Amino acid sequence: MTEGEFPHEGVKPIGELMSDSPRYSPLHAVHEALGASFTDFAGFMMPVRYDSDLAEHHAVRTAAGIFDISHMAEISVTGPDAGAFLDYALAGKLSAINIGQAKYSLLLNEAGGIIDDLVVYRLGETHWLVVANAGNRFPAVEALTHRTTGFDVNVMDESDATALIAVQGPNALEILQHTVGLELAADAADRPESTLETLKYYWSLPATFLGNPMLIGRTGYTGEDGFELYVDVQHAAVLWNSLMAAGESRGLVPTGLACRDTLRLEAGMPLYGHELNLTTAPVQAGLGKVVAMSKEGDFVGRTASEKGVSADAPVLVGLVGEGKRAARADYEIYSGDTKVGVITSGALSPTLEYPIAMAFVDPSVSELGTVVDVDIRGTRLPYTVTALPFYSRKKN
Amino acid sequence: MANPTNLQYTEEHEWLLVDGDSATVGITAYAAEKLGDVVYVELPKVGSSITAGTVVGEIESTKSVGELYAPVTGTVTEVNDAVVSSPELVNEDPFGAGWLIKVSFSDVPALLDAAAYTALTGE
Repeated sequence: MTEGEFPHEGVKPIGELMSDSPRYSPLHAVHEALGASFTDFAGFMMPVRYDSDLAEHHAVRTAAGIFDISHMAEISVTGPDAGAFLDYALAGKLSAINIGQAKYSLLLNEAGGIIDDLVVYRLGETHWLVVANAGNRFPAVEALTHRTTGFDVNVMDESDATALIAVQGPNALEILQHTVGLELAADAADRPESTLETLKYYWSLPATFLGNPMLIGRTGYTGEDGFELYVDVQHAAVLWNSLMAAGESRGLVPTGLACRDTLRLEAGMPLYGHELNLTTAPVQAGLGKVVAMSKEGDFVGRTASEKGVSADAPVLVGLVGEGKRAARADYEIYSGDTKVGVITSGALSPTLEYPIAMAFVDPSVSELGTVVDVDIRGTRLPYTVTALPFYSRKKN
Repeated sequence: MANPTNLQYTEEHEWLLVDGDSATVGITAYAAEKLGDVVYVELPKVGSSITAGTVVGEIESTKSVGELYAPVTGTVTEVNDAVVSSPELVNEDPFGAGWLIKVSFSDVPALLDAAAYTALTGE
């Protein structure tokens, strides 16, 4: 799962590290009761942390965290031509995934730039669910709707009716298994993997909570095992509390967007507005394989993608530094006196305890092991080009 | 956390414990809370001259960089090495063990009392 631009990575006077917002998650009262600090995220007032963002980060790596990401956009695509439509509207071949399967994809513009990055679930023979970043909800809905011409398909923005709760971490499975009121739906039995335990990464199962239909995906944006639960807004708070009750003895803590960002950065996952934008081609961000050039028929962005980018176009790399001073978004990168790139995301890694960053750099300095200098508020510090991700969980 | 009444405050969310012509300086609980977990602190060197209103240090959290403004014009007489090696002290005890620097100064600057600072932050 991905989300829009995280605010405030640059240098700000302490007094300016705060802002207001007009929209609220259906779980807002729950967060207030938990004592959350809030941040404006794509127009939503969302929990940035409940207590300590470092403790929340470590909880996800070692036990489990529960995130409210209800600000994200859910767009349903239904109809006889839904599969063919998505193959035309998106970069991937979504018609080819199985019922229950999910796929990471991109919504490109004609120039081959990225309008949004998405996770797409196939829910039925003629039913797909497109999950877009909160900040790109309206551009995504508009682009999809615009592309329906000639297809027998219905695009519906269900964001306002849908809450999204992510439970992430090694204990996530056990917590869901012990959540009162949460059951798999009867038709889950027809799926190749019909239990939460056997459900594969990037697959989903239909479920019910207190009898109401919902969706459970084995997806996430943290680099840990975990699940994302799509539920109607009326039942979101009860589901949250039920998950919390099941998690009480299993190390589950409420986790905010601050740790979500450091978790996804350690896992080398791109964030729209930082690593991805309208003028960057997928191939520059290492997402060339997400664009299904081999699929038959036209798709939006195909011509530009086939043309490719120039040989000197900047490419996304991982960088690691020494000490404790983190390179942050928009800091400039130098090789000698020549500017060779810019940081897109950076933090002192809570898990690894050294600075990590992602950056767009000139291809001449993109080889693994290349040392560059990052200008950290006037001081140049060496960073080494490193393979992504920075962190991979141990697989069983 | 209540703002102690024995301290004085700046609009840049620093506190001062004034003792004659010297003061201990830190950032407020409000500022520490807004920053999040502090992971790196850079402070001016002992003996360096500082000018009121200029940036003399940095307080970094995982998500943000906060700038430390000199609240007075004067000379740095001591820095808190403990907070450099254990930046979490800024969050754990912002008005105590998380102090940052001590300065000597000649002119008494205009500062806020606890009530005025509390009103400023609206908390």
